[in-house]
Amino acid sequence: MTALDNSASEALPSGDGSNPVTANKNVWERLIGNPTAVFSITVLLLITLSAVLAPIIAPGNPMRVNPVHRFTPPGAEYLFGTDNLGRDMFKMVMWGGRTSLMVGLIVTGISMSIAIVLGSISGFYRQVDVVLMRFVDGLMSFPGIVLAVAAAAILGPSVSTVIVSLSVVLIAPSLRIVRGQVLVVRELQMIEAARSVGVPTLRLFTKYILPAVMSPILVQASFIFSAAVLGEAGLSFIGVGIGPNELSWGNALTEARNYIAKAPWIVFFPGLALMFTILALNLLGDSLRDILDPRLARRR
Amino acid sequence: MLRYIGKRFLLILPTIFVPLILVFLLLRLSPGDPAGMMLGDQATVDQINALRQELGLDQPIWMQFLLWLKGIFTLNLGDSIFFRKPVIEIIPSYASVTLLLTLVGLTLAIIFGVTFGLIASMNRNNPVDRGVVGWAVLGISLPEFWFALLLVFVFSVTLRWFPVAGYNPPSAGMIAFAATIFLPALALGIRQSALMTRMMRSSMLDVLNEPYITTARAQGLPEKKVIGEYAMRTASIPVVTVVGLSASYMLGGAVTIEIIFALPGLGRMLVEAVGRRDYPVVEGGVLTIALVLAMLNLLIDIIYAYLDPRIRYQ
Repeated sequence: MTALDNSASEALPSGDGSNPVTANKNVWERLIGNPTAVFSITVLLLITLSAVLAPIIAPGNPMRVNPVHRFTPPGAEYLFGTDNLGRDMFKMVMWGGRTSLMVGLIVTGISMSIAIVLGSISGFYRQVDVVLMRFVDGLMSFPGIVLAVAAAAILGPSVSTVIVSLSVVLIAPSLRIVRGQVLVVRELQMIEAARSVGVPTLRLFTKYILPAVMSPILVQASFIFSAAVLGEAGLSFIGVGIGPNELSWGNALTEARNYIAKAPWIVFFPGLALMFTILALNLLGDSLRDILDPRLARRR
Repeated sequence: MLRYIGKRFLLILPTIFVPLILVFLLLRLSPGDPAGMMLGDQATVDQINALRQELGLDQPIWMQFLLWLKGIFTLNLGDSIFFRKPVIEIIPSYASVTLLLTLVGLTLAIIFGVTFGLIASMNRNNPVDRGVVGWAVLGISLPEFWFALLLVFVFSVTLRWFPVAGYNPPSAGMIAFAATIFLPALALGIRQSALMTRMMRSSMLDVLNEPYITTARAQGLPEKKVIGEYAMRTASIPVVTVVGLSASYMLGGAVTIEIIFALPGLGRMLVEAVGRRDYPVVEGGVLTIALVLAMLNLLIDIIYAYLDPRIRYQ
């Protein structure tokens, strides 16, 4: 709450509502000064780069089967070894990251957008709020992955199914956070002032409320991103994810568990990439929260 | 207290019905006809229509939902399309495995989480604390299915301490049961224990700053009593609150873990039933999970009110 009050009180003297530009610059400077944040951003950049540059770093079809070289341990020729079909694990990890990160990014975008819209409406209109919140309660307490499993398995495995089901499942927690923030912000004097001079509701949202609730949304986005990457991997791992013809870190692990005694490296590397991504996203979320919400930061 | 429980009970109703409605709609609106699947390619249109009628699939969707709601209240969940047995007979054996797995996992998570969190808060900002905090961050980021595979590799394949997969019910003897449940429960509990570690630590640090702790110390109470009796009771409230979320998360995570360790649990049953379009089993499974969670959340609310009397009188 303190972060909110701060951003709001900073915003008040400037006259024309909050000024997200200076606020963001400030955040960025503080991020650079925070070793955890620097570490997590570096890791994320490296992972993103290796996924984007996969065609250059690891050229060739990652799914190409090469039975002669199956179960080659990691070495000079195959950096991460080869799997049961002789596929190059290094290529699979590089290329798999493309799908995993893309799914994570799209899911975060979709679910956060919906959560922002619905959360704002819910925080502003009492009648909607009652219904929507009961729905969110229902979704929150139920294991999202079970619903995603059902959705993915019923609609058939594909990248779009995974994106849709994970987006729906991940709306609830963000919606609740946005709503909570809007509930606080709407009581602020600047909103009352804006309303009394007749600012239209839509403009009120985009110009005053949204900037004020942006910090928790940023923090939440990095946690949702990590949940989405993890969710995709889990669904793909049990075979109800992106389907056998696509490649992601979760998919790369599906077959691996049958050969764990013979070729542990097939299990090791895709999972390691997955773990580093999630770790970096969680750390980023943590440090963002520390920076944006000093009240919580003092506790650590 | 009774009024409080009643109020809580009303609040948990949506947590039962929202997932049910979602799954019901999802199943009914999805392509694929269970009647056609059951009868195979050779079936005539008449045969399929007859079966659809028998299963109630020819009714409008809201009618199917009402019929099914009625079924829930009369404990008639329909017959499994695949097993051709009443769902209510199929579910308990699967549910017991998942519940035991979640229970053991939750216990491990709480033991590790509370202990580590306590240790860290007692050693604030020294290397022990940093070590625990570091491990907790790592633990939260561990994909449980990957961690499960690593556990299998280390403890089952390399050290051969545990079987690679399979399940022995408690009736087969506690040692046999423990041998098959320990690794899955550990894999399932690790993230939650890391979360609880963080929660316990920060909540302890908060409580230790409270004036009443200073008062207790100033009056010369032994540190053991101050921490164990006064601080821990208050500090455990946020941890108790996350237990419900943890249990929900673990019931979901159980899906992958059960598949890795070949445990005959609800999660695996759900994935298999969805693949066979066995609607009644899927709905029964979701209902079971929803009911278990609702009861657990109610229990947590009661514990919560017990720990913090202010909540009762709101």
